[in-house]
Amino acid sequence: MFETFSILTLQQYWWIIISILASALVFLMFVQGGQTLIYTLGKTDTERSMIVNSLGRKWELTFTTLVTFGGAFFASFPLFYSTSFGGAYWVWMAILFAFIVQAISYEYRTKPNNFLGKRTFEVFLFVNGALGTILIGTAVGTFFNGSLFSVDKMNLTNIFDSAISRWETPFHGLEAVLNPHNVALGLAVFFLARILGIMYILNSVKEENIFKRGIKQMWYNAVPFLVFFLYFVIALLLKDGFAYSPGTGEVFMEPYKYLHNFIEMPLVLVMFLVGVVLVLAGIALLLFKNSIKAIWYSGAGTILTVFALFLIAGLNNTAFYPSSFNLQHSLTIENSSSSHYTLTAMSYVSLFVPVVIAYIYIAWKSVNNKQIEASDLNDDQTHVY
Amino acid sequence: MTENFDYSLIDWSRAQFALTAMYHWIFVPLTLGLGFIMAIMETIYAKTGDPEWKRITKFWMTIFGINFAIGVATGIILEFEFGTNWSNYSWFVGDIFGAPLAIEGIMAFFLESTFIAVMFFGWNKVSKKFHLLSTWLVAFGASLSALWILVANAWMQMPVGMKFNPDTARNEMENFWDVLLSPMAVSKFTHTISSSYMLAALVVIGISSWFLLKKRHLVFAKRSMVVAAVFGIVTSFFTILTGDYSAKVIAEHQPMKFAAFEGLSIGQHGAPLVALGIVSSSPEDPNNENVKDFAFKIEIPNFLSYMAFQDFNAFVPGVKDLMEGNAEQGIMPAAEKIYRGRLAIDALSQYTIAKKAGDETGVAEAKAILDENFQYFGYGYFENNPGGLVPNLPLTFYSFHIMVMLGFWFLMFFGIILLLVYKDRISTSRFWLRIAIINIPLAYIASESGWITAEMGRQPWVIQDLMPTMAAVSKLDSGAVIVTFVLFALIFTTLLIAELKILFRQINNGPKAGGN
Ligand code: HDD
Ligand code: HEM
Ligand code: HEM
Repeated sequence: MFETFSILTLQQYWWIIISILASALVFLMFVQGGQTLIYTLGKTDTERSMIVNSLGRKWELTFTTLVTFGGAFFASFPLFYSTSFGGAYWVWMAILFAFIVQAISYEYRTKPNNFLGKRTFEVFLFVNGALGTILIGTAVGTFFNGSLFSVDKMNLTNIFDSAISRWETPFHGLEAVLNPHNVALGLAVFFLARILGIMYILNSVKEENIFKRGIKQMWYNAVPFLVFFLYFVIALLLKDGFAYSPGTGEVFMEPYKYLHNFIEMPLVLVMFLVGVVLVLAGIALLLFKNSIKAIWYSGAGTILTVFALFLIAGLNNTAFYPSSFNLQHSLTIENSSSSHYTLTAMSYVSLFVPVVIAYIYIAWKSVNNKQIEASDLNDDQTHVY
Repeated sequence: MTENFDYSLIDWSRAQFALTAMYHWIFVPLTLGLGFIMAIMETIYAKTGDPEWKRITKFWMTIFGINFAIGVATGIILEFEFGTNWSNYSWFVGDIFGAPLAIEGIMAFFLESTFIAVMFFGWNKVSKKFHLLSTWLVAFGASLSALWILVANAWMQMPVGMKFNPDTARNEMENFWDVLLSPMAVSKFTHTISSSYMLAALVVIGISSWFLLKKRHLVFAKRSMVVAAVFGIVTSFFTILTGDYSAKVIAEHQPMKFAAFEGLSIGQHGAPLVALGIVSSSPEDPNNENVKDFAFKIEIPNFLSYMAFQDFNAFVPGVKDLMEGNAEQGIMPAAEKIYRGRLAIDALSQYTIAKKAGDETGVAEAKAILDENFQYFGYGYFENNPGGLVPNLPLTFYSFHIMVMLGFWFLMFFGIILLLVYKDRISTSRFWLRIAIINIPLAYIASESGWITAEMGRQPWVIQDLMPTMAAVSKLDSGAVIVTFVLFALIFTTLLIAELKILFRQINNGPKAGGN
């Protein structure tokens, strides 16, 4: 089936898969958001443990999604993998460090004789929650604002200096934080993750005090989220975008490119609007109706919104990883993808994804069907973090 | 000139990869093996309904969980390092290499992490059968992730199933099944997983021995030991078989690595196997400091030839033959390969120029030269530095021999343990119980040595014959890599200490009454 598709169709198919993974990842970052609220929402040891245990049952899912997102990006758009990771070295390294310290923190936090002390592992969780979200958001911001890199495949024939991709500034990624538009996205993701974190915790922990604090915190996070998100979106719609001509691949600046993308792909615009409305509806439900189902609304909304943003970054003849050093070196889904053969093979693998989602659903339903209560923390039949 | 290379960047990037990979490998083999041991134990519990077996299973699951967490922490960095530190490599072979990494995520990591949750949180929530199934799925998931990453690694040692595309300046996949089923992939996967299963068996036996020595939890310790010893003797047998098979595959496809395994400087018919040896510090050949002899050695005559080619008289090439060539054996000198590699590289550049100019005959000519010489492409980078083609001989030799000797020793050891268990003398054989504890670090040494052999022996190649390490590296300041190297060393060491302290405390606490 996939063999018969044109290379362009496969490239678009894979950009859509990458966008789905990215949107799932941002939704699942409620774990990160929640981690920054352990001390804000939990005032006693028991309360904090309940929060950690509720997040702890999901952290692997977020982590594995991140790893799979990386692997899928590598397999489908290897030139992005090599250009961005090797170039924006500091940003990606900082993100990785933030995830290394997360992975052990749940398991080790309350284990006896844990060397660093409970508090340190909680700090690790906070660092992961804050840095992980802000930096990933900022890095994705460069999809719309460009970075200073060059790509020349013929460097391979220079036997003494054969690097194909080069970062044309010594800051290796740190320069991304100088652009307020990138940072606005980073902070929007951060506050969104906290919003989702609160919703998730209130939905999965049964504890009056946590609930009250959660509602209060929702105000403190919803307002800055809206400020940063609106700034990001308005600036995005008004700015010039990185377009390319489909025939020649020549990249040029097009005024209102991202606005045009929405208009030219109305379905994406609808998804985006529905997504934003759902996120807001979730927030309103929690604030005004105290509904613990809010996570489902805002979660679905997050997935739709991020999905739509990724689609306008890469589809409709848009360069998804622009080079502001030399426009013609920008990466597009057409010039950075794997070969037809590999995209085809991987497309068959992608059919496996629904199976994965199905067993995750079944497995979670069977072990996680009721809210955590304080008494669960003493249950010696189950695993407690 | 060669000074144009930033050698310090290359060395630090290699050091960083080696450091992080070797840390990851401290945790992975135990995850791979313990998964199955737990699953076997839980199966016995499900069959017998004896709560003692549940207690046993749960104890080893606790150990598994502590080890697993840090395995995950050290794994994520490796995946992204291909991009951050080996970016040129990621383009040159990403079309083939990315696929197994993505498949690993989609097929294996989700399987593992989902069913681990059922395994840990589901004891009273799901049926016994579903729980048992989950434990088995965790074990299979771990080995499945090993499969994909090892397919990727094997492909670097023996690139197959692809073709170089001059328009994109990269290798493109042509046959997925060739990549998946190459003899190198088969030998890597089977040898790595069987050796990891064996390592886990040694760990379980060692910890159980400690309980026996302390005269605590005797039933628990003896039962754990029996399961592990049976599992261990089978898997150590497979480890040796598959290790031998790996050697054959390497003799055929990576002759330089094979020569380094054996410290074989000068090739010969009926080559002897050096069972024990000390590499001399002075070069044997004044023109080539890499060609070294032994200061001392014990040999098994003709065995190397047999091991490599199943023929006691076969010719095994040495480092010198591979460098200077050996017309009689049809071995091309390195200089010739370098020359041809250079032709291929230049042809690629001419191809591009001709293509831009629309010069079709030029394109066709360049393409012909490129196709003819592409198999030597990577050698072109050694124009000024042919000596760089030889891996670090002593290190490869020693690590290989340590691994092999320990392999035979472990097989014997499992036999002895089973015998003592059979004669019901195990709790009183304090000598063997102590040896069992010492075997734990030895198992890790053998396992890490295996990787040092495999990865150091293939130097200078990241992709055998096609891309040397120095052409694979990202364009960074070596200072940046030094900083991240130090950070990794600090953070991983801290986490390792935390892990060990927690682990020792959990072992000391022993299995709990309710099991937990
Ligand atoms: C406890 C661990 C352990 C033990 C006892 C052995 N091995 Fe091993 N060996 C490994 C663990 C290992 C490994 C860590 O799994 C490696 C590293 C790379 C690989 O493919 O497997 C390896 C690599 C490796 C290689 C190199 C593969 C390559 O370069 O691609 C060979 C030829 C052997 N082994 C052969 C043997 C033989 C003949 C053994 C016999 C007794 C043996 N090994 C015991
Ligand atoms: C987890 C087990 C592994 C260990 C312990 C290990 C060990 C090492 C060591 C010691 C080196 C340094 C060699 C040198 O620079 O001379 C190295 C390099 C490297 N290894 Fe591995 N390796 C492992 C698995 C893998 C796998 C599975 C892959 C690929 C899929 C891989 C790819 C590489 C690469 C790209 C380098 C850097 C280039 C080089 O220095 O040769 N390794 N590894
Ligand atoms: C250099 C190449 C390697 C890369 C890029 C890599 C990548 C990773 C990543 C990203 C994880 C975390 C997965 C999660 O989110 O759960 C992981 C864990 C794991 N990896 Fe590796 N890995 C490498 C080498 C190996 C090798 C050689 C093996 C086995 C032969 C292996 C087996 C495993 C297993 C079983 C896990 C599960 C967790 C654990 O380690 O305890 N990995 N690896």
